Amino acid sequence: MIEKIKIEWFSNVRGDILAGIVVALALIPEAIAFSIIAGVDPMVGLYASFCIAVIIAFVGGRPGMISAATGAMALLMVPLVKEHGLDYLLVATVLTGVIQVLFGIFKVAKVMKFIPRAVMIGFVNALAILIFMAQVPHFIGISNMTYVFVAVTLAFVYILPRFIKAIPAPLIAIIALTALALYANFDLRTVGDLGGITRTLPEFLIPNVPFTFETLVIVFPFSLALAIVGLLESLLTASIVDDMTDTESDKNKESRGQGIANIITGFFGGMAGCAMIGQSVINVKSGGRGRLSTLVAGLFLIFLIIVLGDLVVQIPMPVLVGIMIMVSIGTFDWSSFTYLRKAPKTDAVVMLVTVGIVVATNDLSKGVIAGVILSAIFFVAKISSLKVISKYKNNKLVFEVEGQLFFASTEDFLKSFDFSVENKNIIIDFSKARIWDDSAVGVVDKVVMKYREKDNAVTIMGLDTSSEKLLNKLAVYNNEV
Amino acid sequence: MYQRILLAVDGSENSLRATEEAVKIASLISECKIEVIYVADFSKSKNEILHSQDKEELEYSRRKKLAPVEEKIKSKNVSYELKILHGYPGPTIIEYVNKEKVDMVVIGSRGLNTLQEMVLGSVSHKVMKRVNCPALIVK
Repeated sequence: MIEKIKIEWFSNVRGDILAGIVVALALIPEAIAFSIIAGVDPMVGLYASFCIAVIIAFVGGRPGMISAATGAMALLMVPLVKEHGLDYLLVATVLTGVIQVLFGIFKVAKVMKFIPRAVMIGFVNALAILIFMAQVPHFIGISNMTYVFVAVTLAFVYILPRFIKAIPAPLIAIIALTALALYANFDLRTVGDLGGITRTLPEFLIPNVPFTFETLVIVFPFSLALAIVGLLESLLTASIVDDMTDTESDKNKESRGQGIANIITGFFGGMAGCAMIGQSVINVKSGGRGRLSTLVAGLFLIFLIIVLGDLVVQIPMPVLVGIMIMVSIGTFDWSSFTYLRKAPKTDAVVMLVTVGIVVATNDLSKGVIAGVILSAIFFVAKISSLKVISKYKNNKLVFEVEGQLFFASTEDFLKSFDFSVENKNIIIDFSKARIWDDSAVGVVDKVVMKYREKDNAVTIMGLDTSSEKLLNKLAVYNNEV
Repeated sequence: MYQRILLAVDGSENSLRATEEAVKIASLISECKIEVIYVADFSKSKNEILHSQDKEELEYSRRKKLAPVEEKIKSKNVSYELKILHGYPGPTIIEYVNKEKVDMVVIGSRGLNTLQEMVLGSVSHKVMKRVNCPALIVK
């Protein structure tokens, strides 16, 4: 136990501290931008990022992974914040945590494995598109200087990393361009125009809502969606960190950890969050491997806010917009275009439908659910194709059945028999088929009876053990003879 | 003579050519072993995870990429060992070589032009400059 704590916390102290600092610097603009997306004060996202990062460092299942306020979660909250306000969001955050803890206890993480990759690809693409669309109102048609600042920010964040690797380029862009904007006194909207920064640590609070059934009804759908999306992104991120560091992680523990972090965050005035793909990749690339890196990221972030809070409100919005455009470009899966051409048609459709539904409803969870249902339908359609070949052999009429016989394929099965024959010796050969459920047994019954009505002798052969068991248990044709 | 030859591959055409040269040298030396290194690139990790259903499938697709390399070595009865490392290709290869004290590095070159090299960075060039042992770059 102590050995494990030592490895997870202190095996890479230098790398973890440095990476944690880099991540904290990269987290600040994102935490602010995601708060603005959700429609709350920047402090809500900053407190969330601080709380979640610090708590996950202790209770998470994947050391080295960064969790904080995220775009995916912020996008889900928009309608709740708009209609009911911040206090309801905090309640929703706590409830999200409770649901995620339950997911962890009941090992739902395992089920997440069954989400098809087409849906996951659709998920990240939809997320990228939504983050981009959320920026549009902040830079289209405001002023020419806004366009210039967005463009210069983008130039900074894409060109600088070629030359300066130690400091995150977004941070350099923020410092340089905020200084420029203040010095030249450009007329730009700033973070301060959208909400204030309080230079204090978060405090424990009980959300100011009536604790009634009605509140639960309002909040629950949001919490469920947040819990699902948060877990989805967290487990995807955990797999990426697993691969990059060539180590294993405990997915159910991560799920519980995410839940605990959200419960506490809600009581400290933060919005629900989850693991972040981009930040976790930055952390590992910068040398972060252990829990210490996540802890340092959270602590350094709140330190910076307390020390530099007054400067943070001066950051021009177009700079933040530029950074968020970079985030959305980085989130988008650009190999999707090759995927659309090369993957099976049905997978491509599932991916596009997932993206389409998310963009139409602004709700990531709806896209994921639709995607999963659609791929389940495609799967059933694929395996329900059933073939029956009829031929004459030694004066007997033989039907060879090939495929899976279950509720979705019974109709095809029934249609492939010619019931006009009379007085024949009929054999139905199931050696290349399997019988799965009672509707399959029912249709076999039906075929046998129909032939018997016309004085045919019917034999069934080639059943495998489980099909035979099912048939013996449920079929009625045997009892009649 | 060279007892441990490190062959860095990515499954591409030029890494196959490098394999041929490594095998040529190794087959002349008795008890020479080729260590085949493939680096799973950090910057491709997200993409690869997203496009594979699970860990096993990803592992399989990486092994499949290296199958032609393995085949080439096996056909000449040279003993070898295959390792998949994780990180940035250049620095990861260099770190491994210098830590493990191999006798020689063999690596293919993509043959980029000046502009591509500036943008993409040449792995073979980096490796050659910074390893503490002879390096054979195969065009």
